[in-house]
Amino acid sequence: MTTVLVFLDHAGASLAKSERELLSLGASLGEVTVALAGDAEQAYLDGVGSYGVQEVHRPETAAVSEVLVAGKAAFLAETVRRTGAGIVLLGNSYEAKEIGARLGVRLEAGVITDVVALDADLRATKSDFAGSYTVDCRVTTDVAILTVKPNSVEAVEAGLPSSPREVLVPVKLPQAAARVTGRVDKPVSGRPELAEARVIVAGGRGVNGDFGPLEDLADALGGAVGASRAATDAGWIEHSAQIGQTGKTVSPQLYISVGISGAIQQKAGMQTSKVIVAINKDADSPVFEIADFGIVGDLFTVLPQATDEIRKRGL
Amino acid sequence: MDEATAGGLRVAVLVKHVPDAQFDRHIGGDDLTTVRAESILSELDEYALEAALQLVEAHGGAAAGHRVTAITMGPAAAVAAVKKSLQIGADDGVHLTDEALNGSDASATSRALAALLRHAGPFDLVLTGMASTDGETSLVPAQLAERLDLPQVTFAASLDLAPGESGWTLSARRDNDTYAETIEASLPALVSVTDQINEPRYPNFKGIMAAKKKHIEVLSLADIGVRQDEVGLIGSWTRVEAAAPRPPRSQGIVITDEGDAGVRLVDFLAGQKLL
Ligand SMILES: Cc1cc2nc3c(=O)[nH]c(=O)nc-3n(C[C@H](O)[C@H](O)[C@H](O)COP(=O)(O)OP(=O)(O)OC[C@H]3O[C@@H](n4cnc5c(N)ncnc54)[C@H](O)[C@@H]3O)c2cc1C
Ligand SMILES: Nc1ncnc2c1ncn2[C@@H]1O[C@H](COP(=O)(O)O)[C@@H](O)[C@H]1O
Repeated sequence: MTTVLVFLDHAGASLAKSERELLSLGASLGEVTVALAGDAEQAYLDGVGSYGVQEVHRPETAAVSEVLVAGKAAFLAETVRRTGAGIVLLGNSYEAKEIGARLGVRLEAGVITDVVALDADLRATKSDFAGSYTVDCRVTTDVAILTVKPNSVEAVEAGLPSSPREVLVPVKLPQAAARVTGRVDKPVSGRPELAEARVIVAGGRGVNGDFGPLEDLADALGGAVGASRAATDAGWIEHSAQIGQTGKTVSPQLYISVGISGAIQQKAGMQTSKVIVAINKDADSPVFEIADFGIVGDLFTVLPQATDEIRKRGL
Repeated sequence: MDEATAGGLRVAVLVKHVPDAQFDRHIGGDDLTTVRAESILSELDEYALEAALQLVEAHGGAAAGHRVTAITMGPAAAVAAVKKSLQIGADDGVHLTDEALNGSDASATSRALAALLRHAGPFDLVLTGMASTDGETSLVPAQLAERLDLPQVTFAASLDLAPGESGWTLSARRDNDTYAETIEASLPALVSVTDQINEPRYPNFKGIMAAKKKHIEVLSLADIGVRQDEVGLIGSWTRVEAAAPRPPRSQGIVITDEGDAGVRLVDFLAGQKLL
């Protein structure tokens, strides 16, 4: 049976949804073994165990996290050699892609990013050209490295629960590496993460500095708040909320675009959403071309009315 | 180290010639590769070029012996990306072109570009965009850093250089979802930059005239010591098996607010079982 190495970066208090998806996908392909970049709490390890994982590999030195990416790639390469893994699954963050990229060079293995589906035969599906193409591709080397987008597979616990054994892996850190000299945490919003959210309410320049009505609607729908680059550049909202070519690519069940014109770079990040609603006061906005339901109107009257109506219906 | 005695900085900027996203883009042919029509200098690489020009200008410019080289790999037409870079302000250019390169994935592209950088270098600093607007993988910069054994600073949202006793040190900031990081590395290094880092300049008349006299070196795989079977479809570690245009989203209903659009929106969401 193929060994599938699942890399989990930044262990939190418990397994994140996207991490459970990776473990499920791994279990559907072979025997899962896990690599963790740093320490993890017992609750997290128990979560990993609920997927039947027998071994958790950790670097012998915590210094792998002090150098940008290169240390983690060296750790994973050594873990693949020791476990004989034929498949490596990672998340789809920028950093995960880069770790995968460097691991590929170290192992002479192909890397496919942004995977949204993977069959038993390792044929991977992804979107290309900002969601305008669907492409099937395959790694042609012995080891396959795949970075998988969140929300791509259903997380189902598999196998008998286990208490994974910890295995320390010696790592030779690359000489030439960039050092992380400081880290400042950003405030947390309490709303779902964009990549995992079922509903996203996104605002653009039309919001004119006031995200309040969008936050109210997002909260009524249990959704996340996103933005166009015009809104993040203006400093109205965190850069990490940006959706689009140079921001996040999302495909929620429902995307509500508010005061956004729908430039090609914005569409690149959201046009694979299941249902798109657009609210814009300009009937000629290109965003209406891709909307399932469009409202030509002022967001400052439409949004509060919709939020009230949802609350009134007790939904 | 004193800047004057440090010798000039040699900065390489990797620029890619990509299909213009303003037009429909296609994948075609027997080998399912990108159809290269209506192409431009990748917008995201303009930020890397601007970062290079600003760093060099901040430390004395060409007068201090610094030099910015624009480098591209691609078919004959890709030289346009280098020419545009020369108009914007790069000092010289290199174009790697060879039939055998067609269909290269990230691993093959980074193999060829690594050999090219070794051949045309040594460079103190290699700058790239955060992603190519066609490939969109962001794999190439990380793979280049691994192949060239250079410190990797990716997704830099700010970038500074300071001369020191034992050489130049660069510092950068990068934003993750939940935290911002500050990063340091000594040169030589590879840096990819985001569109947050600066506001790229446009070529002006003077730049366009000056570019005509700037040199572009055209190289083939043989020139840089890479075998044909190490690149292209044969040299790649991944293969595209099928590519299909996604059916365009059909336009839905558009209503004009007559005072009840908020309620009608909720009706729509209820109808779609989205509440
Ligand atoms: C290299 C590059 C990368 C980029 N990456 C991204 C990216 O990742 N994401 C992104 O979003 N953009 C990106 N952009 C920018 C993109 O090209 C657009 O400039 C941007 O998306 C415009 O944002 P907007 O729609 O909010 O603003 P605008 O285009 O100014 O649109 C504002 C809209 O609000 C409407 N409006 C105004 N007031 C109201 C009101 N009261 N009620 C209702 N509607 C109202 C207006 O009718 C208008 O349509 C990128 C650009 C470049 C060059
Ligand atoms: N063929 C190429 N020629 C020059 N630079 C390239 C090429 N391919 C990728 N790059 C550089 O690598 C960056 C990331 O590309 P990618 O990994 O394809 O997303 C781009 O922004 C360019 O700076």
